[in-house]
Amino acid sequence: MENIVIIGNGIAGVSAARHIRKLSDKRIIIVSAETDYFFSRTALMYVYMGHMKFEHTQPYENWFWEKNRIELVNAFVNKVDTENKALTLDGSRTLHYDKLILATGSKPNKFGWPGQDLHGVQGLYSKQDLDLLEVNAPNKEVCKRAVIVGGGLIGIELAEMLRTRDIPVTFLVRESSFWNGVLPEGESQMINEHILEHHIDLRLATNLKEIVSDENGKVKSVIIAETGEELPCDMVGLTAGVTPNMDFLKDSGIELGRGIKVNRHLETNIPDVYAIGDCAEQHEAIGNRRPIEAVWYTGRMMGETVAQTICGNRIEYKPGHWFNSAKFLDIEYQTYGWVFSERGMKDYEAHFHWRHSSEKLCITVAYNKETEQFLGINTFGIRMRHEMFDRWLTQEKDVNYVMQHLADANFDPEFYKHHESAILSKYNSDRGTSIKPKKKSFKRIFQLT
Amino acid sequence: MSTYDRSMALTGQPPKEINLNQKIASIVGMLGLAILLLATFNVSFPNKAFWLTLSLVSISGGTIWFSWEQYKGKYPGIKNDGVWFKSLTNLGFWGWIAGLAITTFYVILYFFPEYLGLVNGGDNKGVIGLFDPLSKALSGNPASQWFVYGALYTVAILAFGIKFMWKYRHNRYERIRTMSVMFFQTSFAFLIPEFMARLNGSSVLQGGSLPFLDLKNIWPLNYYNFESYRIKGFLSSGDIGFAMLIFAILSVFVITPFLTYKFGKRWYCSWVCGCGGLAETIGDPFRQLSDKSVKAWKIERWVIHSVVVFVTLMTTAVIYSYLGNDTSKYWLTKTTFLLGVAALLTLVFAWVMIFKRDQLQKDAKYGAIGYFVIIISLIAIHFFSGEGHVFLFKSGALRKNYSFLIGSIFSGVIGTGFYPIFGNRAWCRFGCPMAAMMGFQQRLFSKFRITTNGGQCISCGNCSTYCEMGIDVRAYAQKGENIVRSSCVGCGICSAVCPRGVLKLENGPLQGRIDSNQVLLGNDVDLMELVNSK
Repeated sequence: MENIVIIGNGIAGVSAARHIRKLSDKRIIIVSAETDYFFSRTALMYVYMGHMKFEHTQPYENWFWEKNRIELVNAFVNKVDTENKALTLDGSRTLHYDKLILATGSKPNKFGWPGQDLHGVQGLYSKQDLDLLEVNAPNKEVCKRAVIVGGGLIGIELAEMLRTRDIPVTFLVRESSFWNGVLPEGESQMINEHILEHHIDLRLATNLKEIVSDENGKVKSVIIAETGEELPCDMVGLTAGVTPNMDFLKDSGIELGRGIKVNRHLETNIPDVYAIGDCAEQHEAIGNRRPIEAVWYTGRMMGETVAQTICGNRIEYKPGHWFNSAKFLDIEYQTYGWVFSERGMKDYEAHFHWRHSSEKLCITVAYNKETEQFLGINTFGIRMRHEMFDRWLTQEKDVNYVMQHLADANFDPEFYKHHESAILSKYNSDRGTSIKPKKKSFKRIFQLT
Repeated sequence: MSTYDRSMALTGQPPKEINLNQKIASIVGMLGLAILLLATFNVSFPNKAFWLTLSLVSISGGTIWFSWEQYKGKYPGIKNDGVWFKSLTNLGFWGWIAGLAITTFYVILYFFPEYLGLVNGGDNKGVIGLFDPLSKALSGNPASQWFVYGALYTVAILAFGIKFMWKYRHNRYERIRTMSVMFFQTSFAFLIPEFMARLNGSSVLQGGSLPFLDLKNIWPLNYYNFESYRIKGFLSSGDIGFAMLIFAILSVFVITPFLTYKFGKRWYCSWVCGCGGLAETIGDPFRQLSDKSVKAWKIERWVIHSVVVFVTLMTTAVIYSYLGNDTSKYWLTKTTFLLGVAALLTLVFAWVMIFKRDQLQKDAKYGAIGYFVIIISLIAIHFFSGEGHVFLFKSGALRKNYSFLIGSIFSGVIGTGFYPIFGNRAWCRFGCPMAAMMGFQQRLFSKFRITTNGGQCISCGNCSTYCEMGIDVRAYAQKGENIVRSSCVGCGICSAVCPRGVLKLENGPLQGRIDSNQVLLGNDVDLMELVNSK
């Protein structure tokens, strides 16, 4: 029986294991040094906030693994010997594999800032980081101020977490507006406002110069590059993105770039070694995607794909239409298809933007200004139906059609106020059209004939 | 490795503390309770109406003020910060104390009402006496322990309902639903029955007297509704009484199935029902305590369906016991009735087995077959048993046991008393026969489902954690499968707490209602087809 060893028990590794089990009877071993059981990384914030206990973040009960004959090994992989097909665990034990799946995820970026390794300085990625945060910032007495460096999704989550314990937070963002490398200006602007509403000291276009130590090697303050201002603080969160976790593969012969290099079949240069999830880097980007995608959903999809390949049905990783979601404090964000920020906007791309006059709601629709093809949508505070946008993108609908049928795609809870007519009236006046919204139709949504 | 709150603070969101106004509000509320407590210990108040009003106003005012202080400065959004740090809501010390206190209250209420001051055929004393002025103003009769309970119950749903609406003020589904339970509790459960009591003996009822009836309380939740004394009451009360009897029967066989088909059982459980109303308002802080394990689900299915069998048998026996044998007097005789029940059960059973066999899991099938056999055999035994005995037991004994075990112990003492231990829907989940029957229909024949939004689930677990019915919502959502579960009461909180907009309660077409994609939306089409075609 073939030995499948998976390094990493995150969503990518576990998806691979589950689908291999569905398709075959192979022996499956998952090795992880982080936790005994799979948990949802994206849910760690809710543990600190007291919404859940850590065990609630585990999607499967503990008996699940034995029942499905997925063996779990809690160990750290020091070395991969691809010639002998063996791993070294915890510096001594050896584990043989016939096929190896690398699903080792990421680690927080550190850009060589002075003081980045002091006590009280940390990232937020792993279970260990969460435990460390309870030491560094258990309450506002121990942590009188926290400074967060890096304005992305993890940064704003960390800010939200700390605020639930009334800890004052200063949020240093390199960009001139929050996440505006990804979000178009109107949206980014709305999130700026929302961050300030939550009493977070947001400093835009601000860089970290250095982190200052006290006499015990613990963080005392940070110094801002632009102004030289010194901000006293007890905790520094480094949330300037993540980078593939692959240090242990340096001498393995596996080709590494910024991540572990894989082809479209998720195979590395070494036979029988695959890489999936955050740590994998495509030789060539797929469509508009980045070569490394550190996203929950892509990790899951790569796991599903590699399981097919390993079980004898060699297929390419072909992610469908791009989608993603996040939550900025109280504002939910969903995106389907491609909507680029001003910085990354394509030549052919044009935007329609609508924002509610008083509530924190907005949408941006991207379309091709030559062909009128619908390209994608960003929504803030309005939930949308994934299936509808996936279908419209596949059918290459034009933007007028999508605008007209927006009600079909609405996924807000029942009785919520609908904004389709407000959105359309702005659209009509922006573009000189006279489209009337169509009523929601289950027939269209579920394609009933 | 965490900072769980180990203080004995009852409230607030550790590590945040409650503010001064909240402390004052707590004291106001406590004072209201203290009046009731003093009355219980027979401190006699000179002007009962005044002190009762003061007490109820302080209790609700204190609660509402406290909640206002808790939510006023906050932005609309999910307010679950610190839930698992508070000892009241994380099965900690105060949780157990609260559980013990409420349980004690229920034991006294159900079994020792004399300690609350109930005096049969005389002036009430104690806390029941304190409620006499209100009861007399409404129905003209002195208060009973049930009147006191009903009044406090209504106050709790109203005050904590307002709190709930503030907590979820961004969510219109929750707000409207809560207004609905507040309305049904105040009018249907509390005021209307009291006003109806005034009509007793009047010419409107042709001199008859109606039994106490909460019109929205439907059999089998209202397990005693078809007992002899009640039927007599209905039939003695002219057209109105007759209409009420017809309404009660229609509620069971027409209204409930129709609404459950259209909207799922939520139309009742989280929009109308009093037990649900209490669970959704004062019980809301405890929803996360329900057990989500597969084991608990197994126990749930056995226990709740056993209650259904019990209540069906019991009701059949009770009705059977007062029916006659002479067809010339009335068409409905003992034999016709039993045959009718058997025929109805057989019809339902056959329909399920023929059309819905595939949708049932193995054990549900075994359960159905088992119970069906029991019912049929018990009825068969009747034909071999003598007068006075029905089935194997005396119907009276059966009724008494049900009322004690299910009506009192399960729904009251355990169901509500254990809010801080088992969560706020333990009764609805494990015990309520009405919920089980509607659930059966919801699972097999209803337009209601919770739709999972394509591939957007991140498996975070908020939905499962805050499901009061102990449904592991995430297990479905992360597979891209819609949630179609008999126990779901449609409270909508899973959808509210979802940080990624994955869940939506909706009534849609039956086709494709249970939609299971092994590979979630987002991956390439060939792979999806490949896996799903298996």
